[in-house]
Amino acid sequence: MRFIFSYLKKYIKVMTIGLGIKLLASIGELLIPYVLEHIIDEVVPTKMVWMSLLWGGVMIGLAILVRQFNIAANRRAVKVAAESSFEIRNDLFEKSLNLSGNQVDEIGLPSLTSRLTSDSYNIQNFIRAMQTMGVRAPMLLFGGIFVTLVMEWRLALILCILAPIMIAIMVCISLKGIPFYDMVQNSLDEIVRIMRENITGIRVVKALSKEDYERGRYGKANDDMEKKDAYAGTVMSLPVPLVTLLLNVGLTVVVVVGAYLVNSGVTKPGVILAFLTYFNMMLMGVMGLSRIFVMMSKANASAIRIEHVVKLQDELVPIPTYEESTDGDEAYIRFDHVTFKYGKDDPLAGHTRQNCLTDIDFQIPKGHSLGIIGATGAGKTTIINLLMRFYDTTEGEIYIAGKNVKSYEKKALHQMFGVVFQNDAIFADTLKENIAFGRDVEEEQILKAVEEARAKEFIENYDDGLMHEAVIHGANLSGGQKQRILIARALAANPDILILDDSSSALDYKTDSMLRKAIRKNHNTTTTIVVAQRISSIMTLDDILVLDDGVMIGHGTHEELMENCSVYQDIYKTQMGGA
Amino acid sequence: MAKMDSIRVKPKDTKGTLRRVLSYIGQYRYVIALVLFLCLISNAFALLGPSLAGNAINEAAAGKGKVNFSNVYYYAGRMLLCYLVSSLLTIAIDIIMVRVSKGIAHKMRKDVFEKLMRLPVGFFDRNQAGDIISRVSYDIDVISTCLATDVVQIMTSFVTVMGAFIMMVSISPILALTVLVTIPLSVVYTTKMRKITQPLFSKRSKNYGKMNGFAEEMLSGQKTILAYAYEERMQKRFKGINREVADSFNEAEYYGCTMGPSVNAINNLSLCLIAMFGSILYMKDVIVLGQISAFVLYSRKFSGPINEIANILNELYSALSAAERVFNLLDEEEELADREAATELTDVNGNVELSHVYFGYEEGKTIIHDLSLKADAGKLIAIVGPTGAGKTTIINLLMRFYDVNAGAVLVDEGDIRDYTRRSLRSAYAMVLQDTWVFKGTIFENIAYGKEDATMEEVVEAAKAASIHSFIMRLPKGYDTVITEDGGNISKGQKQLLTIARAMLYDAKMLILDEATSNVDTKTERKIQKAMRELMKDKTCFVIAHRLSTIENADAILVLNHGDVVEQGTHEELMEKKKFYYNLYASQFE
Repeated sequence: MRFIFSYLKKYIKVMTIGLGIKLLASIGELLIPYVLEHIIDEVVPTKMVWMSLLWGGVMIGLAILVRQFNIAANRRAVKVAAESSFEIRNDLFEKSLNLSGNQVDEIGLPSLTSRLTSDSYNIQNFIRAMQTMGVRAPMLLFGGIFVTLVMEWRLALILCILAPIMIAIMVCISLKGIPFYDMVQNSLDEIVRIMRENITGIRVVKALSKEDYERGRYGKANDDMEKKDAYAGTVMSLPVPLVTLLLNVGLTVVVVVGAYLVNSGVTKPGVILAFLTYFNMMLMGVMGLSRIFVMMSKANASAIRIEHVVKLQDELVPIPTYEESTDGDEAYIRFDHVTFKYGKDDPLAGHTRQNCLTDIDFQIPKGHSLGIIGATGAGKTTIINLLMRFYDTTEGEIYIAGKNVKSYEKKALHQMFGVVFQNDAIFADTLKENIAFGRDVEEEQILKAVEEARAKEFIENYDDGLMHEAVIHGANLSGGQKQRILIARALAANPDILILDDSSSALDYKTDSMLRKAIRKNHNTTTTIVVAQRISSIMTLDDILVLDDGVMIGHGTHEELMENCSVYQDIYKTQMGGA
Repeated sequence: MAKMDSIRVKPKDTKGTLRRVLSYIGQYRYVIALVLFLCLISNAFALLGPSLAGNAINEAAAGKGKVNFSNVYYYAGRMLLCYLVSSLLTIAIDIIMVRVSKGIAHKMRKDVFEKLMRLPVGFFDRNQAGDIISRVSYDIDVISTCLATDVVQIMTSFVTVMGAFIMMVSISPILALTVLVTIPLSVVYTTKMRKITQPLFSKRSKNYGKMNGFAEEMLSGQKTILAYAYEERMQKRFKGINREVADSFNEAEYYGCTMGPSVNAINNLSLCLIAMFGSILYMKDVIVLGQISAFVLYSRKFSGPINEIANILNELYSALSAAERVFNLLDEEEELADREAATELTDVNGNVELSHVYFGYEEGKTIIHDLSLKADAGKLIAIVGPTGAGKTTIINLLMRFYDVNAGAVLVDEGDIRDYTRRSLRSAYAMVLQDTWVFKGTIFENIAYGKEDATMEEVVEAAKAASIHSFIMRLPKGYDTVITEDGGNISKGQKQLLTIARAMLYDAKMLILDEATSNVDTKTERKIQKAMRELMKDKTCFVIAHRLSTIENADAILVLNHGDVVEQGTHEELMEKKKFYYNLYASQFE
């Protein structure tokens, strides 16, 4: 909650004024039945028609004033809700973009997205409702009790007894309903999971004629969902009729008790009539309160989720103490006994994480090329992640051009790179912008990069060429086309360091080899690192690193490795034949 | 998020869709009739309440010492009874409707899945999983929520408005004239506001959708954005979209938030008019206090439902368009039924032949021209070609996921269209590149293809696929549950599992995609060994990536751009020095 309020601080003035207006409106609303009572009990006996018209006019005036006040206050509330959640979303997005790899892993992408969307939406709704319903509902309820106490305290006692019971019913049942909805959500997840499995594996299901079996599996989940859904629905349908019933019982009691009071001359019949109207207001008050309550618990959970992200410590800030220069170092890129593990050890939980990389030590002179090969999980991509400082090393240091990567400004560091990640992202934009990617690259350079990446042919097939729009995640491009666009992106700004992480897997051998030739020819000052599964993608490079389980088990040229690295020989044999 | 999207989107064919929704309700027609009847009674009782309250107050209005208490109790007792009956009926109605609507949702979900099982594979190639799933997770929910609440709401609103009006006229026709001011006012006001807010609200939800899409896209490409120092620009773009979201929320709600106070004001206005004219009539002794009281209570029941009806109409529309999306799926063309004279394919020898086959996924775009090929029992056919060359097309035709346009595919000399699909497909074992496992135990995953497989058989298959020892090392062995997408076992092990599954299946013909996956050399060796084991004594169609497989193949199909460009043995093709030769040579460059 405090997190939400921190964003509301600067609107405190607007909100206070809004609160005042809302209070006035609620008071006006409470006065209307009072006037009604006055007309019936005081004006009617005088038999003066103009007085009735006068007081009726007052009532109408009040009704109109109440409307205007409420609208004015609501509009303020809307504005505050819109602006504050705008800021929350901005902060959250900015933070999300700058999270370190570790932090993103920990939170998870879908969760990060839903914090930005549905959580911020919950908060926005709550901020708004808090200022409108949150003021009006208690005012109607407690104001109603207060006015009726003043009017006729004996009758008002009935309300005082009923109000807490009604609130208790509403809140208890609503709270009880929330876990039920979680259960419904879980069984829906189960249904979705089975559907997804069947959609992705439809060929297997059909090939093995397992349709009936799958029907059974799905049917079970479906039955379960129906049961839980019906149960939750039943529970949640109870509070409104129950509270209405209670209120109507109260109404009846008021009429009876009121009759006694009139009979004994303590009160007038108009009072009973006014009470009936107050009852309706109180019903609105109780329902409003219970809605606010549910909204608040939702918003609170959302706020905690968002706050968690926004308050994360900035990792990976430049550390100036690392400014030490190692000039005269011949290596352009140098890994100095680097060891790394993902996440943090948790000695309390009694587990230590396994090293992902152990004692990685190598250097690449400027303009040279390095290939990294090894099985999945061997730590190839981790080397790239450390070099670009998405994570910090656990032990050892990494230097680029004689400077520790930790001492670079993030932007300055990243500008040296042209990189294609595994499963890299194409954004919904023109192909041209996907290649230029926010950098000031000349048209010429883009065309050159497109040609080098062997993307020219298919781009020219589009009527609008480079201005062709890719859809979200590049779903309208084939795997090979995507990779070629990504490679063009990496080459377009003539980077100092080019990194291709498993980026030619969707290219056929021929395209792959032509690409390699183009890079060798046109980017001879660029230092290149190629991560690959396919030995043919790296065997012509200057230097090759063989990784196994985070350890360098081979380092040298193709010829050297064929001599002295049995794992490398194995890979060669299985992939290039002769096994 | 559900509410946000439920802005009116008009269904294309309102009547047709409505008719089909009604057909779902059909089996509950007696229940629904009962509910409507109960609803009528419940509301009638609720409507009697104010009138009785008025009578009781009227008795009380006699003044000090003159109240007839037996009358007061008479009316109060009736009042209590009315409210009690009405509330109990309301609860009963709600519960029945919840059951009915969930039952209908259950039936719809079932129908959708049944449909999916009958759709041709091509449907799944054309449609995104997320889109199909949202019909079940979102659309059906919208429909069932609408059924659960709106149907009763409409009935209630209708009965209440009509009933209250009748009661008011019967109490005092003159005072009922006040209604002539408030009803038109609320009708005119709400329709006018709808017109203003409708486009604003749909703009708002559109902007939300845009922001969600953008955020999801950016966050999934976070690393790339950082790597290219693109974050400031992206932040700026997000800010722009976010601004639009905030503004459109503000704009829509600027009008939207006047709705509540206005409806309330009209309510109060009617109270004022009743007070004003009622008191005058009271002075003239035309009516009594009890009548005013009853009037006040009835008038409260009035403007609410009118505003409700507009809301409900919106929800009905969005439910109908949700229903339309579901029905569109249910109307998709199904896999053609087996021919009437179709026979079971039994005692398979494994002779496969393609005879002058023509095929294209889209009409007029033939990608396979006059392909003929004979694969006798036990032969190995390798299919090679660059990515996207259409290697899976051949498999689609063999398994009859698609039918040929001309020519024929023959198994044991019979056209496969003359066999039942079931028996044809069960003649093949299949290992695909996208190793597919589901959430279940390892045992269940291996035994998937063979019902009533025994533990011994499963273990034997696992041993043949060299994965038995790995399984035994897991804490729960064969009972270990594989999580969604098989996240807790490696890709290589998943592949071995699917090979074990195919082993157990033991068919005469095999389809195998041996794409090199990211596995370590040890596992890779195991996979190769397991695949060789699997290929024994079977007619094999292999999407080949390993030279050893290709070189040993009895025939090689070379594909490019969907078409078979070359065909022959390794030696023949190398001699040709054409496409295959280039492809083969390029990996050594």
